[in-house]
Amino acid sequence: MIEIKNIVKQYNGVPVINNLNLTVNDGEFVVLIGPSGCGKTTTLKMINRLIEADSGDILINGKSIHELNGEKLRRNIGYVIQQIGLFPNMTVEENICVVPKLLKWSKEEMSQRTHELLELVHMPYEENAKKYPNELSGGQQQRIGVLRALAAKPPVILMDEPFGALDPITRDTLQDEVKALQKSLGITIIFVTHDMDEAIKMGDRIIFMDKGVIQQDAAPEEMLRHPANEIVRNFMGKHSAAYRSQGEDMTCESLMKKRVYTTTENRKTLECIEMMSHREVDSLVITDESHHFKGVVTIDMLKSEGVAGESVGKVMRTDYPTVHLQDEAHKAFDWLTKTNLPYVLVVDNENVVKGIITKTSMSKALASVVWGDQG
Amino acid sequence: MMEWANRYGADLIQAIITHLYYVLIPVALGFVIAVILGVLLSRVPKISGYILPVLSVFQTIPGIVFVGILFLYVGMVPATVLIALTIYAVFPILKNTYVGLLNVDEKVKEAARGCGMSPLQILIKIELPLAMPNIFVGLRLSTIYTVSWAVLAAMIGLGGLGDFIYRGVGTNNNMLILTGAIPAAILALSLGALVDWIQKRLTPRGLGGKRG
Repeated sequence: MIEIKNIVKQYNGVPVINNLNLTVNDGEFVVLIGPSGCGKTTTLKMINRLIEADSGDILINGKSIHELNGEKLRRNIGYVIQQIGLFPNMTVEENICVVPKLLKWSKEEMSQRTHELLELVHMPYEENAKKYPNELSGGQQQRIGVLRALAAKPPVILMDEPFGALDPITRDTLQDEVKALQKSLGITIIFVTHDMDEAIKMGDRIIFMDKGVIQQDAAPEEMLRHPANEIVRNFMGKHSAAYRSQGEDMTCESLMKKRVYTTTENRKTLECIEMMSHREVDSLVITDESHHFKGVVTIDMLKSEGVAGESVGKVMRTDYPTVHLQDEAHKAFDWLTKTNLPYVLVVDNENVVKGIITKTSMSKALASVVWGDQG
Repeated sequence: MMEWANRYGADLIQAIITHLYYVLIPVALGFVIAVILGVLLSRVPKISGYILPVLSVFQTIPGIVFVGILFLYVGMVPATVLIALTIYAVFPILKNTYVGLLNVDEKVKEAARGCGMSPLQILIKIELPLAMPNIFVGLRLSTIYTVSWAVLAAMIGLGGLGDFIYRGVGTNNNMLILTGAIPAAILALSLGALVDWIQKRLTPRGLGGKRG
């Protein structure tokens, strides 16, 4: 357990951390987030005494961090930084073993540990241990950075925007890997980021900081649903908005597709089949001359019931489900899941066809709720 | 050719040995002094911003003047030459060591602190190895400069390849000048190559140098 008690830190008389109190439980994944200059990195670095607090104390498992000297303390706390920070003059194995070597482990122990750790991230020892950092990809380098922090089996790992410099795909993979490692090894991680996506994905708990003060301390779900104040809400922006609009603000109009293939009811069946094959669709929406909804005709209906030369008005299905422009998206989703139809129609007050909602529009809308609006 | 070898051969070998002695000892001493000073100065970069320009002024005093002054105080002994050349050998190595140490990425140093290394461990395990390419640039410069400055030893009658050159200039004998100048040039090139070779052996593959 890490207890941060009444920590104060000033630079040139300007307070950057203002009487901060925070308790982190064993095995917890805590994310510190906030705008730049909010004090999140300073807080992190005070835990391993890279920065000394002006007053207050930090206890790890009940013992003040000032009981050990800074170097000994840091050997028992893993530390991963942005921009990787691997030692370019050392091989992968030497980098991983930096802390074990400082702790005077035997050669056998170190070699065994390196094997184990490389195994964890699926980088075979034989291929990778003797490589230098500049011979690895960015993602592999940051994996080694994480392994270096894990090497001496510290109970706590501090991470300072560790994935900031990686491309989105690699970052995503590494986030998954680190989260899985944290769960399986049962370690405590304190993680600094300015990226809300990352915080929501990684954290058991998110600590939102601004101006050296904790603004909110909550589980990701809770923070999304109920941002504590305006600062938190603004920072979360799209995330919070997407969350709130789930099934409430989202209307059928906002997610319908506007392109609908329509035709009129006096068209002949063969003409309709021709139109379908030309447009590569298997159904048409039937309207009158001024686009008022009349019904739907599918290729199957034409095949089984249609008579050549007859108008489609006689074959079409008129009880097809429609939703109103201003209806909640929920209503359309319910129709789609209940009836197993390929789409529902969206009409306005005059029953004029305005668009359709397909299963694809439904999954897109759901995705935007889960991952934020991707445009 | 045979005549030349008979006349100068023994003298030439003696002169090359003396010359080497005037190069290797000052460069070795200068290297040790420069690296220590470079490390110390790199700990206080604010102060070093004033110290280094002052030192570089000394560098611009012509060697001939400096040897002359030392000669007055120390006398016509090899120590005069060795002291002068050592002082000259220090500066290129010092400057490059200092720059090399300052150029070590702050993030890498922070990572080292975060791993629990002491300042001395960071210096020895991280900073000096990473500054190695710069230090060698300085060593190479010092070595080559010292080969040419060592010619000045002859000015106060202390031998070396400069002997041939001064005598050649004095007697208007081009053959004699070349007998001193060509071996001196070869010496400079081969010592430079030796430094390059040592550097390749010592630089880890991770720093971009190719090994072996």
